[in-house]
Amino acid sequence: MDWTLGTIALRALGVGFLMSFVVITGFAYTTLLERKLLARLQGRVGPERAGYIPLPRKGKKERKLLGGVLQPAADAVKLFFKEDRAPDMVDTVIYNIAPMLTVIPAVLILAVIPWAPTLLKSSPYPYFAIAPGLQVGVLFILAVASIAVYGVALAGWASNSKYAILGGIRATAQMISYELALSLTVLPSVMLAGSMNLNDIVVAQEGLWFFLIQPVATLIFIIGVFAELQRAPFDLLEAEQELSSGYNVEYGSMRFGMFFMAEYMKMISFSAIAAVLFFGGYRGPFVDQVPLLGILYLFGKIFLGLCLMIWVRASMPRLRYDQLMNFGWKILLPLAVLNFVVTAIGIVLHSEGILNLPLPG
Amino acid sequence: MGHPIVFLILATVAVFAAIGMLTSRNAVHSALYLVLNFCTVAVFYLVLNAPFISMVQITVYAGAIVVLFLFVIMLLGADQLPKASSNGGLQYILAIFATAGLATALILQLSGFGDGTAKPESALDASPEAIGTLLFQDYVFPFEITSLILLVAMMSLIVFKAQKRKKQDG
Amino acid sequence: MTIAQLYIPVAVLFGISIFFALLLPILSKILGPNRPGGRKGEAYESGIVAVGNAQKRLPVKFYRIAILFILFDIDIIFLFPYAIAMKKLGLFGLWSMLIFVVIFVLGDIWVWKRGVLEWE
Repeated sequence: MDWTLGTIALRALGVGFLMSFVVITGFAYTTLLERKLLARLQGRVGPERAGYIPLPRKGKKERKLLGGVLQPAADAVKLFFKEDRAPDMVDTVIYNIAPMLTVIPAVLILAVIPWAPTLLKSSPYPYFAIAPGLQVGVLFILAVASIAVYGVALAGWASNSKYAILGGIRATAQMISYELALSLTVLPSVMLAGSMNLNDIVVAQEGLWFFLIQPVATLIFIIGVFAELQRAPFDLLEAEQELSSGYNVEYGSMRFGMFFMAEYMKMISFSAIAAVLFFGGYRGPFVDQVPLLGILYLFGKIFLGLCLMIWVRASMPRLRYDQLMNFGWKILLPLAVLNFVVTAIGIVLHSEGILNLPLPG
Repeated sequence: MGHPIVFLILATVAVFAAIGMLTSRNAVHSALYLVLNFCTVAVFYLVLNAPFISMVQITVYAGAIVVLFLFVIMLLGADQLPKASSNGGLQYILAIFATAGLATALILQLSGFGDGTAKPESALDASPEAIGTLLFQDYVFPFEITSLILLVAMMSLIVFKAQKRKKQDG
Repeated sequence: MTIAQLYIPVAVLFGISIFFALLLPILSKILGPNRPGGRKGEAYESGIVAVGNAQKRLPVKFYRIAILFILFDIDIIFLFPYAIAMKKLGLFGLWSMLIFVVIFVLGDIWVWKRGVLEWE
């Protein structure tokens, strides 16, 4: 096959639609996973009515198998058939753009994630991704994540409602505060691999996952992701009790659903990124022989990441806003800087032959 | 690769965004146009074979500086200010002179009057590694000065703090 | 690979993302009912009639956070080229990076001591 610009674009169109469909379906079932798992952790059953297979039992009520498999579909249908009405006081243009501005980065961030080694022999790329070969992959993620701030900030502002504005501003300040710790903890992986390409980072972890060398960075990165995605315990911009769900309070119908979708898609993609940076990405036993296993390994790691997020939501109380800011600026950020400096010194001394450390390369 | 077409499309969007930024009455709309403009400039860098600079452009300009602008707009309540009164004729005259000067310089440069310095240096290496070597080895001293500049900017924050304290005392 | 070959997939994905971003609200506009009127146009304030404009002036502390964010962001961005070139630059590069970071961190500590980071 001849790889001209046209065929590359066609391949990207196919792979892009495929992967975004996979992740959007993943988003739908992540909401179900969250509700089911959260319910189990709290000793409840969770949604079980939509789409169960009835198993009759003697003398008792029937047993519900696979209860809730159709719950996401039911939710989607409900959202689509709700009235989509903007309140009178909104800034119409920005009110309409804001949900799009949250969805676009959430989809775009999928571009650089390496899902597996090359699947087809004829492929000109060394690995399977929507846009493989980007040398600045890590920076691409940070750039797209920094754009994602606007969706939230503008949604709050354009709604022209007190809860929405408070939620939006809080969310913006929170996201930019924790973005710093996030970028600082990406650096150790980049230094260890000597490349900003995500596949190079995955390949460099052959034999030794980076979280073993960088436990502090891994921990800070995970906390940073929680704050960046406004997951519990950092979800106070949607604190129901005080803000009645914050920046999206004036949105209804699918436009409300879009904020939801962006949040859950980012949960998936940031789990993938955490796996790539610290937990070996698609690497696992026999990946070199059977490249298709790579996708399974990465999805398995994403699943564990999602479960961790839900588990934390079930067990941690929400922080107060001043605690959140103090934690971000006075603990997380200095720790991340310190970790970066120590890592840099270690790597340079190792590569100069002064110290002998168990590092790759 | 269709460089001229890509350039024309990007240039149109960039100019449109810039005009939109200047003419829109609402400061938040202006800020959004500015984001669009910064993103187009980032794509320009990409087309010029400098992906690293392109990503930095988005992260720092579109992602950080406009967020500050938004906060300042909301801090001042500038999005609801009444229509600003123009400075009268003087502003227009100055603007016309500045535009004429810029246009002359551009036309002279493009028509080959100068020594051709406007041409992009295609051999320039904009890879992160080359930039790192330049910053941390060849131009260390100016680079460390950058750190001092950032430091000075940080100290400006103390001013805000001090004013607040005075108000509490009085 | 050339820049065009590398980044055309990103452009295509951008197109796909815009497709989704437009499709969802348009679909819900078509599928959902449209019955204006009642009190749907009012701002939600837990059932109480909203008073005044919501777009009020922000406290200055958010501005401080934004400035600090920009400074740190610029500082961190400079470290990415270093992370790539560090093995080539060796000890000299390490010193120049350390000086760069330490100057900045000293400023940060000073600002911290003056109470700029307090969130009241």
